[in-house]
Amino acid sequence: MAHIAVTDPPGGGPPAKGPMAAGDRVRLVLRGVGQTLITLGLVVLLFVVYEVWITNIFAARAQSKVADALQHQWAGGKDPLLPLPGETDPTIPLGTGIGVLYLPRLGQDFHFTIVEGSVVPTDGELEKGPAHYRHTALPGEVGNFAIAGHRVGKGEPFLNIDKLRAGDSVIVETKTWWYVYKVKGSPAGSNPQNSKDPDGIPGREIVPASDGNVLLPVPDHPGEKATERLMTMTTCHPKFTASHRMIVYSTLVTKVPNTDLKMPASVRDLYQAVKG
Amino acid sequence: MYVWIWRHLPGPLAARLAQVLLMVLIVAALLLFIVFPWIEPHLPINQVTVPGE
Repeated sequence: MAHIAVTDPPGGGPPAKGPMAAGDRVRLVLRGVGQTLITLGLVVLLFVVYEVWITNIFAARAQSKVADALQHQWAGGKDPLLPLPGETDPTIPLGTGIGVLYLPRLGQDFHFTIVEGSVVPTDGELEKGPAHYRHTALPGEVGNFAIAGHRVGKGEPFLNIDKLRAGDSVIVETKTWWYVYKVKGSPAGSNPQNSKDPDGIPGREIVPASDGNVLLPVPDHPGEKATERLMTMTTCHPKFTASHRMIVYSTLVTKVPNTDLKMPASVRDLYQAVKG
Repeated sequence: MYVWIWRHLPGPLAARLAQVLLMVLIVAALLLFIVFPWIEPHLPINQVTVPGE
């Protein structure tokens, strides 16, 4: 790059004429290398800005669009989780809202509209919000309702998912019900990492990126028939990498009818239960 | 390269500074809104899913 500046004397005066001394040539090359490295460093820094800031702006816009669409649908009396007339299973368009996720541990203002995802949710779906693995159970069903969400950037719904403790509430609002799941592990309030319930499922675990068994009806237990109503959240771990996944498991403890699309008092009380 | 660009900018100091600022903004915008979104899916970062069935 800097070789264009071949004839620069120090101080930026008029170009020098004549052959260059060996020392000047070395200085020139070093300056060129230095400038290139500094430029690359700035580009990498800018990429970090992009990843943790710019992507959030676009994702927030996409999330608010699906959130509005879902609220509008609900207000109009339509439930995307119900089958259309004459059909047996719901057909939910990919990338549209199915419910709203609340995590009291992460604060009053934590709420994300969950979108329907592909069998493996795509980047486009995940940019809108946490996305449901299509072949897994729906909210409140027996089996494993599994969703994936970004950890850093792209709205970062699951940035602080490692802050959830055993027994913490995971609330999913649908058109008809408020489902209250509790993070597995015991005792309540403890670190759920590898803290297993009697059924052998921990509150949280770190698995290799290729471990699809976490999505099974009974996670990590291939072939077993589900009896519990589970919910699984997957995200990347460690932050900024693709090597592992952080998995948080919760189990349904109660459900409250969603009568007027407002949080019922009994659900709101769960926010009081969160202790520092 | 930077010295060369600086020397070839026309106008007084203030005008040159304004042009440099403009160039920095253009390059940053190109990177943020075109290059990075294009390159990002190919990087092994921020993958949050596990394989489905």
